[in-house]
Order: sequence, then C-alpha cells, then structure tokens
Amino acid sequence: MSDVLAVADHRRGELRDVSFEIVRAGRELAADLGGDLHLAVIAGDTEAFADRLSLAGVDAIHVVDDGVEFNHDLYAGATAALFEELSPTAVLMPNSVNGLDYAPAVANRLDLPLVADAVGLAYDGGLEATREMYGSKVETAVGVSEEPFAVTVRGGEWAAVEETADVPVEAFDYEFDESASGARVQGFEEVGAGDVDIADAEFLVSIGRGIEEEENLELIEELAEVTGATLSSSRPIVDNGWLPKNRQVGQSGKQVTPDVYLAIGISGAVQHVAGMKGAETIIAINTDPNAPIFDIADYGIVGDLFDVVPELIEQFS
Amino acid sequence: MKILVTVKEVAEAADDFEIEGTDIGEQFLEYDLNEWDDYAVEAAVQLSEEYDDVEVVSATIGPERSEETIRMALAKGVDRAIRVWDDDVAGADLDVAAKTRLFAAVVEEEEPDLVLSGVQAADDGFGATGVSLADEIGFDWAAVVNHLDTDDDLSTAHVHRELEGGIEELTDVDLPAVLTIQTGLNEPRYASLRGIRQAQGKEIAEFGLADLGLDADAVASPIERTAMYEPETESDATYFDGSADEQAAQLADVLRDKGVVSE
Repeated sequence: MSDVLAVADHRRGELRDVSFEIVRAGRELAADLGGDLHLAVIAGDTEAFADRLSLAGVDAIHVVDDGVEFNHDLYAGATAALFEELSPTAVLMPNSVNGLDYAPAVANRLDLPLVADAVGLAYDGGLEATREMYGSKVETAVGVSEEPFAVTVRGGEWAAVEETADVPVEAFDYEFDESASGARVQGFEEVGAGDVDIADAEFLVSIGRGIEEEENLELIEELAEVTGATLSSSRPIVDNGWLPKNRQVGQSGKQVTPDVYLAIGISGAVQHVAGMKGAETIIAINTDPNAPIFDIADYGIVGDLFDVVPELIEQFS
Repeated sequence: MKILVTVKEVAEAADDFEIEGTDIGEQFLEYDLNEWDDYAVEAAVQLSEEYDDVEVVSATIGPERSEETIRMALAKGVDRAIRVWDDDVAGADLDVAAKTRLFAAVVEEEEPDLVLSGVQAADDGFGATGVSLADEIGFDWAAVVNHLDTDDDLSTAHVHRELEGGIEELTDVDLPAVLTIQTGLNEPRYASLRGIRQAQGKEIAEFGLADLGLDADAVASPIERTAMYEPETESDATYFDGSADEQAAQLADVLRDKGVVSE
C-alpha cells in the first residue's frame, strides 16, 4: 500500500484552516499513489476535532489523546511513531509556525527527504513538488527520488475539503514523557493591541519596504490624513520599529477586510497577502512591474511612490 | 559559554531577470547576508555583551565568495568564523538532511551551548535546517523566536514564538538548544568602521568534508530541482498610465467612486 499520513493543526481549541486544506492535498496525493489517506489529530479535544475532520476522502483518523496544546516533542514523537506503525509513502505536515517547529524533526528522525513549503504536489512514479523561490519571483519543480518522503504544505494553496463522511476514528497509543521534554509552553499572549484596530478600517493605506527611510513615513501619514484613511503596514516596517505591531497586516499580524486597501511599496509576499486578500478593492503602487502584489490587485500603478503619492495628496488637498 | 550562529549568504534576484536552466542567471543575482541570520547574529552578540566569557562563532556553508558575508558578521561582533566547502559540497544539491549533517559535524567540533539560526533563508525558503539540526544533535529547540530572555545562569531561554494572527507562544527551553530566529527580535546593528577593520584580522577557518570526518555520501541528496519558471501572471489589474499626476488623478477617481474618501 502506498498510503499518505497527514497531520492536522489546531490552536486554543480551534482547528486551523490548513487542517482542511491538507486533507485535499493528502487525498489527491493518495489517489495518485493508489493508497489510503490517514489523518493524525494530536492533543487537544481530539474527539471534537476528529468529528469535524470526518471528511470525504479521509480513510482513517488516528487520535493521540495527550496534552491540550501543541508541543513539538509530542507532535514529532507521535507523528514518527504513527509513521512507523502505518508505513506510508508520504507524510504531509502543515508549513505553519507549528509545522516549522516539528516537521523537520520528524523528517530527520525517520531519515526522510523533506520538501518544505510546497504549493503543488504531483506523483507519477516519483514525487514532483512545486515550490517558490527568491521571494515568490519564480516557481521551481523539485523531484524526489526516494520513498518514503516528507512534505510540508503551504496554507491557502489547496481548497479546504468540506464534504463530510463517516470516517473511522482510532485511538493511537503514544507514550509521551512530558517531563523529558526540554521545551515547556507557559502560555499565550495576544500582541498588537492598541488604540487603533486596523481590522475595523474601511480604507487602509498600507506601506512596505519601498518607503526606504523612517522619515519618509511622514509622506504616507499626510496621505492618510487628507484621505481619512487608516495607516497600516507590512512586516518590515514593524520590524524596524517605525510603526507599532498593531498596524501590521499579514499572517503574523492582523487579517483585514477593508473596502479599499491601498498597498504602497509593498511587494506582496505570501505572508502579507494572507492578511489582506479579503479586501474588496486592492490598489497597488510599486516600481517593480513583476511584484506579486499586482497579481491580486484590482488597480495598479507601476511607478515610484515618491512621485505618485505627493500628486495623490494634491488631489485631496 | 559558546554560541554558534549559522549564517547563509543568500541570493536576491533583480527586478528584471532571466532564468538559465534551473536557476536565475548569475548576472541577475546579488548576494547578501540572509536577513533572518542578521537578527540571529545580533542576538548572539548581545548575549556576549551581556554575559562574561561568551564566545560567538559563526558557521556557514558556502563558496569563497561568501567570506564577504562572513566578514559582515565578524564586523558586527562575531569572534571567529567557520566556512564549510570543498569540491564535493560545491557539486551537491544540498538538501536539509545534507546541511544538517554538515552543521552537526561542526557542532561536534565546536561543542556550543546554544545555536542560533535564522528561521529561513530568503532565497530557497525551506525553513527547516535549524530544527532538523537540533533533532540530530539532541538539543532542545524552539522555532520562530521573536523574543528571547535568558536566566542568569544561562540554563534556560525564555522565548516567545510568533504564531499566526498576532498570537505569541511563551515557552521555556532548556539549554543547550537551537533557536530559530524571526525578524524583529532585535535591531541588528550596522557594522562600525572599527568593526570592519577588526574583522579583517579575525579567523575564518575552512573545513572540507574530510576535516569534519565526512565523505561525499554526507552531501548526497535525493532532492533535485528539475525546473524553474516564472509563474504565470494572474494579474487582471487595471493599470493607470501616464505621468505621476495623471496616474494619481485616476487613482483619486477610483477612491471617490468607492466612497472611501469624502471631500
């Protein structure tokens, strides 16, 4: 049998979207391989999670009922043990922050080749994965000549499976010695609270690396003022300490859904796009005509923000 | 205490580039220290300034050209550097497992108490070497660290892991450990002129596979890049043409139409 083992992702009692997406990636790969799709659910309210993940195309759900939240030693150990029990051809894990924290250990422990952050998977006698490189400027095909193999899949690339089914659920007994784990989760903290909630804004003027210097922010602040917009940014601006964390749009920042999102000097890295693609209208100003932001923009200006923004301010002054 | 920082020279593609075979043409690439590694270097140097008797060693896998990048780390306060390279390494398509074997051999040589590594490399974006290395050498670890405090006796690292959606996980990690460092952890310093001058005199030790007790099998990889192409553009954007003021006028009209700007 050439089965696929996929691992679900959850946090603070909620399954994450990638859990439903990895089911589609897994069942497509299992179909190519001619095997079954096994889904692992580790820690938390496994009964409720297994119920929600009883989805079409899943052949079996294995639950490891130990722990409440993610712990990488538990995840790596349980996934590796389940792999040894099932002997699948492929193990799929999410390329989420938690996936980054255990998937490489699973691959290392089982001596599996690892393809990280796949955006496409095909199997025809061997795995061919699609990945991005150079900040999403190019795509690559990556061939893997050994089996079994491990893959982490990027969230948002496969459509979530929603169709439910009656999937058998089996408890997988895994002995986890928490006291032997050198990493101990102490809790969680919400960051980025502040006086402004960019998630509520109807019109966001958002700035990225293209602003170059902190003092150039004044120009964008002036634009926000004359247009009545709320100011937000991509990650590098917050990393530089030029704007507080509560202004950051993206995977690790806020998810926003304004009527209009004006992206100025933002290239459109996948982590940023994850936070703003729900905007009704996206407008981008960037000097690079190949910037990925234009792929999702409704309106685009290929040009220098330092020429365009002063003219735009003029329009509303 | 010894801190090992893994650093990588990464390639950045010019706005206009051409693909030659399975990579972007060399003439369209510029090389720099990986941004994530810059934060890792800064974290290590800050620890060396905070505590007595901390040595910071950087390790890189890269050709002679990458010494420029390593000098940058040395100029920022790294004490000495190791560069791993030889003909077998140069001829290999290094996957995560191969990099893990090379760095594990360096760890065996250096016996660090803490390994810091960038979360990912800006060019290939695998984001896996640090955790794979930790598992291989039996260290504890934490991935995507954006806040780091240490106990006075350096026995434990109190870290924040940056999760998705503005949530941070607070985790204690026993040392020795590997931490993969997210951008924003600190403010990487610029290399001072004095630092740059001093860096010229610092040691960059070169190791080949044999020096690390390895052979060509260590860099054999079952993963191979078979094609590279520009993604088909999905853009159906309406572009505003003309001079900057004409473009701005068209954009202003859209904003008025959408009703988000009132005058």
